[in-house]
Amino acid sequence: MANKLNMRDRYKLMTRLGWETSYQPMDKVFPYDSYEGIKIKDWDAWEDPFRMTMDAYWKYQGEKEKKLYAIMDAFSQSNGHLNISDARYVNALKLFLQGVSPLEYQAHRGFARQGRHFTGEGARVACQMQSLDELRHVQTQIHGMSHFNKYFDGFHDFAHWHDRVWYLSVPKSFFDDANTAGPFEFMVAIGFSFEYVLTNLLFVPFMSGAAYNGDMSTVSFGFSAQSDEARHMTLGLEAIRFMLEQHEDNVPIVQRWIDKWLWRGYKVLSLVSAMMDYMLPESPMSWKEAWEVYFEQNGGALFNDLARYGITVPDYAEICTKEKEHLSHQVWGILYNHTAAAAIHTWMPDDAKMNWLSEKYPDTFDKYYRPRFEYWRDQAENGNRYYSQTLPLVCQTCQIPMGFTEPDDPTQISYRVSEYNGDKYHFCSDPCKAIFDFEPEKYCHAWMPPQQIFQGNCGGEGLPAVLEHYKFNLGADNMDYVGSPDEANWNLWKGLNGSVSGDVKAS
Amino acid sequence: MAVTAIGDYPVLPRDGVENFHGNQLVAVGWDHHLMIDAPMAFPLPAGMPFAALVGEVIPVAYSPHPEWEKIDWEAVTWTLDGEAFVPNMEASLEENGIGHKSVIRFVTPGLDGLWG
Ligand SMILES: [Fe+2]
Ligand SMILES: [Fe+2]
Ligand SMILES: [Zn+2]
Repeated sequence: MANKLNMRDRYKLMTRLGWETSYQPMDKVFPYDSYEGIKIKDWDAWEDPFRMTMDAYWKYQGEKEKKLYAIMDAFSQSNGHLNISDARYVNALKLFLQGVSPLEYQAHRGFARQGRHFTGEGARVACQMQSLDELRHVQTQIHGMSHFNKYFDGFHDFAHWHDRVWYLSVPKSFFDDANTAGPFEFMVAIGFSFEYVLTNLLFVPFMSGAAYNGDMSTVSFGFSAQSDEARHMTLGLEAIRFMLEQHEDNVPIVQRWIDKWLWRGYKVLSLVSAMMDYMLPESPMSWKEAWEVYFEQNGGALFNDLARYGITVPDYAEICTKEKEHLSHQVWGILYNHTAAAAIHTWMPDDAKMNWLSEKYPDTFDKYYRPRFEYWRDQAENGNRYYSQTLPLVCQTCQIPMGFTEPDDPTQISYRVSEYNGDKYHFCSDPCKAIFDFEPEKYCHAWMPPQQIFQGNCGGEGLPAVLEHYKFNLGADNMDYVGSPDEANWNLWKGLNGSVSGDVKAS
Repeated sequence: MAVTAIGDYPVLPRDGVENFHGNQLVAVGWDHHLMIDAPMAFPLPAGMPFAALVGEVIPVAYSPHPEWEKIDWEAVTWTLDGEAFVPNMEASLEENGIGHKSVIRFVTPGLDGLWG
């Protein structure tokens, strides 16, 4: 009987399953990891700091999952949704299920693909494991949110919406862009820029937001995903170090990808900024504070570390620094304008929330946003809630309505334009324009929601036809929180003032 | 720069004017009036008179703004695709040089939007 293998040999035998192919040349078996221009001299230099093997993976994740599902079931059985701070909070979950969970699935697909296409087995195995994590993430999220779907609107057709609804084309087009790139760019886009640099700005706000607002189901998901995220971050960092160390010619390519993908990710996170500052009845921290901690401080330390390879902080970081004072307010304004066509509710903050915003944004909120929001609030209270009747011009790269201002003039929309192939393309910012200008072929065929509506590809003319195409329950999924079935139900369940009627949503 | 791709990458713009059923896309923005969140886009016939754009199209987007009623249209200044521009109200969009995906912006002197 053979001796028990030591850990190192065992790991090697269970993960290094490749060989030099002889029936076909290696570059035909792995045809996709050279066209991007990244040069790899030695795949064996790939380090996997976790040394996880599949048997350990199944065992560990299986135990974790068992606990997680038990907590979620207990949450359901005890009507945990009644213990949240306020029904407005649920809109953060809607945004998560509509906008983020489908990205988990996209990540599952993307890492599965890289798990096939890298020549190095170490990189392949690491990607395959992340692919499994991401599939588990989307599954547990759908399971967790299915409880909320029984009691609240805005959950029921999230996958259908992700592929069609205008604000969801922001995260969708972001990931489509990554999944249509080569394997190395994908690793910089998702493994490094998103998982390593930006993931804290996504998960911490949602999970600490859940904790502050009494949603223990979502909090437990967050805890259970934490060890996976630690592995994902390590993989992202290893991928980038490996590329940078393999050949100096890789440095400018990697730098361009970092510049592109941190900006792409930042624009997606602008939705999170509005969620943090406006959707959460109890806010753990403002967007500005989160940006300072997780990007300026942590990201700054990371870039110091990468400086020895010649990597620098993207030069637009200055724009983000100025914009952190404005981002969440502008995005909330965009969502508020177009709530008739969104499967989330928006609303104007009450005095306490406005005062919190003034305190968190002393230089900007009262000066630039409070007057607009108070006007909207007065109008709404007088039965004249403002809804945009028209469709906005949308940035060709990030696909967000062009509601962002000049970095040095918060009263003026920032307009940028490029001419390509005889047509004009509009952008919200210099970095979005630069991304387009580098690969216009890729972005000129982007599926822009307003243009698609005008071209008649979204159910027909007029808002009702479009919303039917979206499969919205009109007057329930969309419109202001005030007056919504969500509000009526909540008031009824909690015995609050203003409860008139309201049945448990049948679905 | 050419896109980084495995092979040929054909240029397939999705928003050519031929896809808009006889219309062209025109965007309009009112400077400094950000209660209307972004410049608004409209599919419009090239033959539409500029006066109809001002009288029938722009109000759908911008009339909810509290300063709308106070606009002195004689005093308004315009830009077309970033250049100063004096529209001929009776002439069509096309005759005014407004093309597919043009951006028209207007400034209303004395009306600066809702700021604190
Ligand atoms: Fe994930
Ligand atoms: Fe992850
Ligand atoms: Zn943009």
